[in-house]
Amino acid sequence: MTIQVNGESRGVGDGQTVAALLHELEIRADRVAVELNLEILDRNEYETRGLREGDRVEILSFIGGGAR
Amino acid sequence: MDTINDRLVIAGREFKSRLWVGTGKYKDFVETKKAIEASGADVVTVAVRRVNITDRSKENLLDYLDPKKYILLPNTAGCYTVEDAVRYARLARAAGVSDLVKLEVLGDEKTLFPDTAGLIEAAKILIKEGFIVLPYTNDDPIVAKKLVDIGCPAVMPLAAPIGSGLGIRNPYNLKIIMETVKVPIIVDAGVGTASDAALAMEYGADAVLMNTAIAGAQDPIAMAEAMKYGVWAGRLAYKAGRIPRKLYATASSPIEGML
Repeated sequence: MTIQVNGESRGVGDGQTVAALLHELEIRADRVAVELNLEILDRNEYETRGLREGDRVEILSFIGGGAR
Repeated sequence: MDTINDRLVIAGREFKSRLWVGTGKYKDFVETKKAIEASGADVVTVAVRRVNITDRSKENLLDYLDPKKYILLPNTAGCYTVEDAVRYARLARAAGVSDLVKLEVLGDEKTLFPDTAGLIEAAKILIKEGFIVLPYTNDDPIVAKKLVDIGCPAVMPLAAPIGSGLGIRNPYNLKIIMETVKVPIIVDAGVGTASDAALAMEYGADAVLMNTAIAGAQDPIAMAEAMKYGVWAGRLAYKAGRIPRKLYATASSPIEGML
């Protein structure tokens, strides 16, 4: 099935969890925020939340920024 | 100066440094780290953005900034609506470890001045959700008071437009803000050089936040150190109490004993 991750289409296995997606992308779960269809997930939900066709996942983290 | 006993306290949290710095616009992470170390800042602002999922080889800012050593202050930079600012603040909390947020709701791209009506609205929502909201605001005493009245534990008025380096454009408004509200004032944005930072502190600001003035300097690491001393000098002078300005001279040497 196909989902959107950070605006890009990506094929994932049926029912793949958020945790598995992060693992596949080599992203440390403790450093990011994950939004699933505009809902921000708790970190303890990553293992249990399964992805569905057409889901929109946003993965964000801290980058350099300031008062500019 | 006895910096140990001159701590800044906001919402019950103690901050060691009165200079806070942003982490944007540096050449690379090594320069970022060195400049921040030279500045002596213990609060660093960060932005929240999409992770690059196509190139995972890219290094992460957090590899260079130990979250145990620095207080990360996420901002909502780039947000022009209440909805966006609230969304980014929530994402920042989910990505991090604290309820601190530097709230920005910007009015337009040319000035990056705050949309103060949107700022107050977003602050209300986030405070209700338990956030510690540090609002980036205009040098407007009335807005500062409204922000404090709704529960902001500090206010962050600008010195001048973000990244402009113009220094403090309206020192009198800043002074009125300091007299109007009884929470810490962090002068945020527009500082150009060390004397601007010193002036802000001499006026009675509790801290100064800057990014471009350091990151954009020809030698960012040297400028970071200069800013550290500027803030210290200004704070010391403020606490020491300056002499009044007078029109005419007053001799420093005695007349007595002259031939």
